[in-house]
Amino acid sequence: MGETVTFRVHRYKQGDAAPHQDTFQVETEPRTTVLDALTAIRRTQDPSLTLRHSCFHASCGTCAMKVNGREVLACVTNVRELGTAEVVVEPLENAPLVSDLVVEMAPFFARYNAIDRPLVRESELVPGAQRAPGVERALRYEDCIECGICVSVCPIAGTDPDYLGPAALAAADRVREEPRGRDLPFVLSLADDPHGVWRCHAAFECTEACPSNVDPAGHIMQLRRALIGGRLRRLFAPRAEVGR
Amino acid sequence: MSERAVTPARQAPPRGRRRGVLGWLDVRGRRLGGWAFILNRVTGLGVLFYLYLHLIVLSQLAAGPSSWNALLNWFLNPIFLVLDVVLLAGLLIHGLNGIRLTLVEFGLVVSRQKALLLAFGTVGVIVLLIGALRFLSDVGAK
Repeated sequence: MGETVTFRVHRYKQGDAAPHQDTFQVETEPRTTVLDALTAIRRTQDPSLTLRHSCFHASCGTCAMKVNGREVLACVTNVRELGTAEVVVEPLENAPLVSDLVVEMAPFFARYNAIDRPLVRESELVPGAQRAPGVERALRYEDCIECGICVSVCPIAGTDPDYLGPAALAAADRVREEPRGRDLPFVLSLADDPHGVWRCHAAFECTEACPSNVDPAGHIMQLRRALIGGRLRRLFAPRAEVGR
Repeated sequence: MSERAVTPARQAPPRGRRRGVLGWLDVRGRRLGGWAFILNRVTGLGVLFYLYLHLIVLSQLAAGPSSWNALLNWFLNPIFLVLDVVLLAGLLIHGLNGIRLTLVEFGLVVSRQKALLLAFGTVGVIVLLIGALRFLSDVGAK
């Protein structure tokens, strides 16, 4: 059965004095997602509504936004399951706003690239599996879908614009776990910085909000442990040598 | 380098969306760890304020025994005993969460941090109830 839901959508265009909210009525079905509703608004009510999306199944991470105050992937957020007659849709926090629901992701990706995280890895091939012609080896993506939700929910990213951020630091820890030829000392030097792992205050919002179970906060803590261990080893190594 | 091309730096759009310090007080969508983060900051500031207040009160010792005793009698007012309960709550939240954070931030019991938070929360509530009964029984006795 169709059910009309009110959407209050954040609106902002370059040059506007301030953002505002527009209200739309959308007919929803039991399986309608927030992304379905937003694309319907753009198709039938306001073509100027700007949003970013691609895969519609939680793989690409492009449709991350705030729905009723909580960061989610709009493509897998069921409108009816929200349980509210009115749905408030806003862009991610802690990123420059481009338009309506779209934020600038360039700073996020720049930090990711600085870490030089291996974005793809060799899969554990099933014995006897056939590869497509011309494909020398099978690759799959790491679990992070680079949606930016972890940075949006992070209270520290909200106050420190130079903070490396949960995603990049989790990536740094993945490099520590599996360097695969990457420049590990350089990556650790990026993380071992006042704006790196030491800035995190363990709110664990990133881990709770991550739609891909990356556990960024857990990685940050493991990275801290590794860095502290390295410092302690350096501290006591000369004494051990003296004792020999 | 990674397979992904580095996105060229662009001029930042005019309007940023950064939560800022006041964003710490935005409770919408906040999860358990986020609440602990906020409470740790609020109680930290509260305990710091109390520390200075305490030093100011102690400075009254220099004014002599009669002045000090009069001040102590004033602090037996029920309002101050209720504030003692608030102080105890702040100390418990900040102290117990501080122990949890120390463990977690050294990379220990990271996977159990939420269970640790709930366990310390339970201990804190029990101690707070005992303390509150103790303090407020003094109010009843007056």
